[in-house]
This record gives sequence, structure tokens and C-alpha cells, in this order.
Amino acid sequence: MSTEPVARDLTGTTERPNPAASPSASVQPGVIEHSGATVQPSVVEHPGATERPSGPAGGGRTRIWSTVRRFLSRIWSTVRRFLPVGVLVLLAAVPYTNLRIPVLFDRPLNAPGTLHLIAICLVFGGLALSYDLMFGRTGMLSFGHALYFAAGGYGTAILLAQTSWPLWTVALVAVVGATVLAALLGSVALRTKGIAFAMVTLAFAQIGAIAASRNPGRLTGGEEGLSLDGRRLPEALVGVVNTVNLYWLALAFVALVAFVVHRIDDAPAGRVLAAVRDDDRRVDVLGLSPYRYRLLAFVIAGALASIGGVVYVLLIGGANPGLTSSDLTLSLLVMVVLGGPGTRWGPVAGGVVFAYLDHRLTAVGTSEAVERLPSVLSGPLSEPLFILGTVFILAVYFFPGGLAGLAHRLGPLQRLLPSRVPGGVSGGTSGGASGRMPS
Amino acid sequence: MSTFILLLLTGLGLAGLYYLVASGLSLVFGLADVLNFAHGLFLSVGAYATWWAATSLPGAGSEGFGFVLAVAFGVVAGAVIASIVELVLIRPLYRRTIAQVLVTVGLSLAGVALLQAIWGADPRPFPRPAWASKVTMIGGAAVPNSSLLLAASAAVVLAGLLAFLRFTRVGLVIRAGVEDRAMVTALGIDVRKAFTLVFAIGGAAAALAGILAGVQFSVVSPGQGTSLLIFGFIVVVIGGMGSVTGTAWAAAAVGLLQQFVNYYAPGLGDICVVALLAVVLLVRPQGLAGVAGGAHA
Repeated sequence: MSTEPVARDLTGTTERPNPAASPSASVQPGVIEHSGATVQPSVVEHPGATERPSGPAGGGRTRIWSTVRRFLSRIWSTVRRFLPVGVLVLLAAVPYTNLRIPVLFDRPLNAPGTLHLIAICLVFGGLALSYDLMFGRTGMLSFGHALYFAAGGYGTAILLAQTSWPLWTVALVAVVGATVLAALLGSVALRTKGIAFAMVTLAFAQIGAIAASRNPGRLTGGEEGLSLDGRRLPEALVGVVNTVNLYWLALAFVALVAFVVHRIDDAPAGRVLAAVRDDDRRVDVLGLSPYRYRLLAFVIAGALASIGGVVYVLLIGGANPGLTSSDLTLSLLVMVVLGGPGTRWGPVAGGVVFAYLDHRLTAVGTSEAVERLPSVLSGPLSEPLFILGTVFILAVYFFPGGLAGLAHRLGPLQRLLPSRVPGGVSGGTSGGASGRMPS
Repeated sequence: MSTFILLLLTGLGLAGLYYLVASGLSLVFGLADVLNFAHGLFLSVGAYATWWAATSLPGAGSEGFGFVLAVAFGVVAGAVIASIVELVLIRPLYRRTIAQVLVTVGLSLAGVALLQAIWGADPRPFPRPAWASKVTMIGGAAVPNSSLLLAASAAVVLAGLLAFLRFTRVGLVIRAGVEDRAMVTALGIDVRKAFTLVFAIGGAAAALAGILAGVQFSVVSPGQGTSLLIFGFIVVVIGGMGSVTGTAWAAAAVGLLQQFVNYYAPGLGDICVVALLAVVLLVRPQGLAGVAGGAHA
């Protein structure tokens, strides 16, 4: 073996294969020895993969390092698995603390005003995730998602005013009604694809907006909306003191949406939805109907949105035409793209951040500091949508993966924490790709 | 009979408004697959520019030649804004359809908010010539002049567009680009230049629509464009995307249907329009003038 290269060197003609062959031969054991190189296996699915046989020249330090890393990665994988539950428990416990967070909130965390704001943010987080079931995960660009949100909300408000049913029956009927509506309209709208689908869903949603503001049969209350009658609600949901119950309701809504959407992600159906997004003709050829899977995603997303509508109406104490507006649907799109379409938690984060900024920027816009600026600046700054729209345009150019994509760009941190779930990494990239892909 | 004539002519006026909104949308979509949400913004820009010109620009006003000057100012403003949007925001995202749609969505949100920040959310009275608020007696029906103006303007724009597309070289490139963009590019013609031009034409038509909507409703508000835009979308889908004549027929159908139904059952007309959309999609998913299985289906 060892004589062979020498012989070749002497001839001088076959020198080229040597450098090509020798680095690959000598680096290979080096990969295993170097501690830093375990970075690469960490991307591999199984945490066990970091458990590599250490090279003969590795020595004790490497072995200790790899044990520590293995230990850390086990802990991290356990933490990762239970992180959402932990966050949920933390959020559920928020009303029991009077902690003050100086810049984010004006009052202590358990003040009704703060809880109310967080609850609204949570509802939009859940709503954005339900929208992403269509947009990021299935590749359907719908501009009519607000319709089902409004159907749940207005359904609840109208049924409470017109019938004597208890709230739970009313909510159930409203959600079932909105789901049926989603199935009917979805089955028509899905006869088109891509941009035409976007326009058709927009047109359907517009009917909802017109119906809500025209006040047919004095049902919807027209432009002023329809406020809930406190006497028709359970006592636990009425009054400032009970804001905390509404907060928990909103939290339960996000948890429900996350549970459903993530279960779909992990199920075979979720794989098919991703396949429909990436190449629907191929799904067709494989003998599955893209139409049916699109409809499935559309109906589930609509049902989840309608539950959100019920919670939202209870939260703000009434339904108003703003629920049906096309601006709301466009905002949902903004939330999802800002958060990271197709990622596990990106849409929720996008929804929460958007709703929070939308609320807080209004306060900033009317604050003294902004008022004192010249009117050229203070005017636009007092419009939250101007700032959010501008941020959104910049995000489309520079951060196609949204907040979730941003997290993945923090490379060094990412490498310290080996990821257990393959979806954690690939979800981010596929989300970024879906943003670019014509559906 | 006079009611019929009145509804027919006001319906055609509405159709003209829809056509002006939809023609630009349809051409832009046909050529570049861009669903332009910022189109509603061009409407508002045109209306506000005319309103500003009529009140502040020397020589312009709300009567006679001054009004023509103000309208011209608004139309040019719409075309300029549309070209800038295309060059700066849309072109870098060439072929990334969804990203382009997202940018126009952001632009429409931010743009309307900006208009609102500058001129307030409340509607402002739109300067209109005195004759626009009068009526003309046609066959015993008192038809508002503004409706006639809308229908006539749309007819002129339609004729102009058809002539432009049929008899000029650029028009030929645009028609070919709508049909098969890859082939035109392969022949060594830069479709992107044609695309900027189409965007400018669409912006000008949209601005004209915004101005005439201002004349029709006698007010101008930041959100006006967006609500008209949705009917523009409906017309584009019914007509078949990228077809100038298909869009014209669809606009006529939608305008007349809405006007007639709204007369006999107020509020139901808008719902009938969406029902028409649903029926067209079920029977002919590619639209009235669309080609079955076409590139844009």
C-alpha cells in the first residue's frame, strides 16, 4: 500500500489522483475525532447518531465531551418535546402573577387590561395558524378566511340575540354552521387553483362583509355591529373581574388549533397536504385526489377559524363588520408570512406579534413623543397598518422565512442545541420555499 | 319602459366603472401572472391626485378645461405610481408569483394607511363639474350624466386598448406575451419592457376609474379603491384572465345584473354577482373567454 504512491510520484504522470484521494482518506477519521465535527451528526434525526465510535487517537477528553454532548442532547430533546406544554402551563399561570414587564405592558400581568390584550393576541395567533394550514402547509392562497371567523362570531352573536339557547349550544351550532359553509363554498372555489382561487375566495368573503354591514332583517346590527347581551351569557364570562376566564378560553383555543394542526402535520394526511403544495400533479398520478385534500384543509381551517370567531366575540363582547373585512384576511396573510409559513410555531408567533403591534402602535402613534415630530413623520407613524405593511414588504424581500426563518439564521446557537425532530429544521426551509413557489 | 332604459344606462355606467378597474388587472395578470392588490391603491391615488389638483394646482379646477387638466393630472399620477411600483417592487421578484402578490398586499395596506394618515379616514367632497350632477332625458328616462360619462369613457378606453393591441408592434408583443411568454422571450424580445408599459396603462385606467368613481359618488375616501377592486377581481375571473374583450363582456354582465337586481330587491344585486361567479366557475372554470386548460388555468 505505502509503496504505491511513491512509485506513482516517481513517474510524475499520475500525480493528480493522489491529492484527490488522500485528503478524503485522511480527513475521514478526523471527522470522528474532532469535537466540533459532531455538529454535522446533530442534524441527523436520531440523537443516538451523535454516539459515534471515537477514533483510536481520540483520548479521554473527546470521550468525556461526547458523553456530555449526548447527555445535553438527551435533555434538550426531552425539553423540546415538553416545551410547548411547559409554555402552555406558564401562560395558564400568568393570571396568578403580578409581575410587571416594563416596556411591553403598562400594567402588571394579571391586570384585566393586560390579560385582555394577551388574550386577543392569542386568538389571532391561533387564527393565523389555522390559516397556515391552507397557506403554508397546503399552498392555497385564500383571501376569504375572515369569512369563517366572522361566521363563527356573528353566528354566536345572532343566535344569542334571537334564541333562548344556552351559550354552549349556540357556539356549537355556530361552529357547525360555519363548517358547513366552508365545505359548500370550498367545494366551489376549489374548482379553481392559484390566483383564481384567491380571487374567488375574496369574492365570497365580500358577500359576508356586505351582508354584515347591510343589516338584512335587522339581524347583524349593520355598521355598528351586534353587542352581546350580558344576561344571556354564563356569569363566569361577564364583567372585568372574569377577564381571566376569557383569557383561559383564548389560551385553550390556541392550544386546540396547535394540537389539531400539528396532529395533521404528523399524520399521513399532512404529508399528502405538503405533496399537494409541492406538486399536485404528482399526487394526482399517485392516485390521490388533490381536490379532496385541499377541501379537507379548507374545511378544517374554516372550522378552526369559526371557533376562533366564537372566542373573539366573547372576548370583545360583540360582533362588528370589521370581522368580515378583507383587511382582516390580508392581515392574516401578513401574520403568517411574518411568522414563517409552514413552520410549527411561526404562524402563532406572527399572529401574536402582529396583533400586539397593531394594538400598541396605535398607542405609540398618539403618544407625545410622536406628536412632537413634524407632521410628515407623525402622520404615517400614527397608522399601525402603514408600519406593519412596510415591515411586511421588507420581510418578503429580506426574510422570506419570517420569524421562524430568522431563528434558523442564528447559526451558532442552533448548532449548540441539537434538534431532535427533523421537522424542526426542514420545516423552516420548506416554509421558505413555499413562500416562493407558485401554487 | 323609461325605468328599463334608466336601469340599462346606469347599469352600463357601472359596467364601465368595473371595466376600467378590471382591464388593467386582467392585462397585468395575463402577461405576468401578478395578482395586483395594489391596483386599488392606484384608484385612490388617481382620485386624490385629481382632488388635490382641482383645489391646489394653478390652472386646474372643477369646471371645464380646468377639470380636464385635473383629470389628466390624476391619470398621469396613477400611471407614474404604477410604473414606479413595477420597476422598484415587482421586477426584482420576477417569476416569484406568490412573493409578488404578497408585496402588492403589503403595498395596498401601507398605501391606504398612508393616504389615511395624510388626508384622514373621512370621505372628502370630490370636485365635480356642475353638469356631472345633472341628468339627461333619454327615451323618457332621466339618466345621470355621470353614468353616461362612465360608460362613454370605458367605451373609449376599450376601443383604444383594442386598437393599441391590434395595430401597434408593442401591442403585438403584449398579445403574444399573454399567449406564451416563454416563446416571446425565446425570440429575443424583452417582455419586461412591455410589462412595465402594461402596468402603466393599467395604472392610468385605474386612476381614471378612481376619478370617475369620485365624480359618480361625489366623495373620495382612502378605502374606496379597495372595495371597487373586489368587483374588479370578480369581473376578471368571469371574463377569463388576460382577455380584453372577455373582461368587457363580463363587466357589462356584472354591471347590468347588479343594477337590475338591486332595483327590484335592494342589496341582493351584489349577492347575485357572486352567485354568477360561482355558476361561471362551475360551468366554465376558465372564464368566458378563457382557453380550456390554458397556461393560466
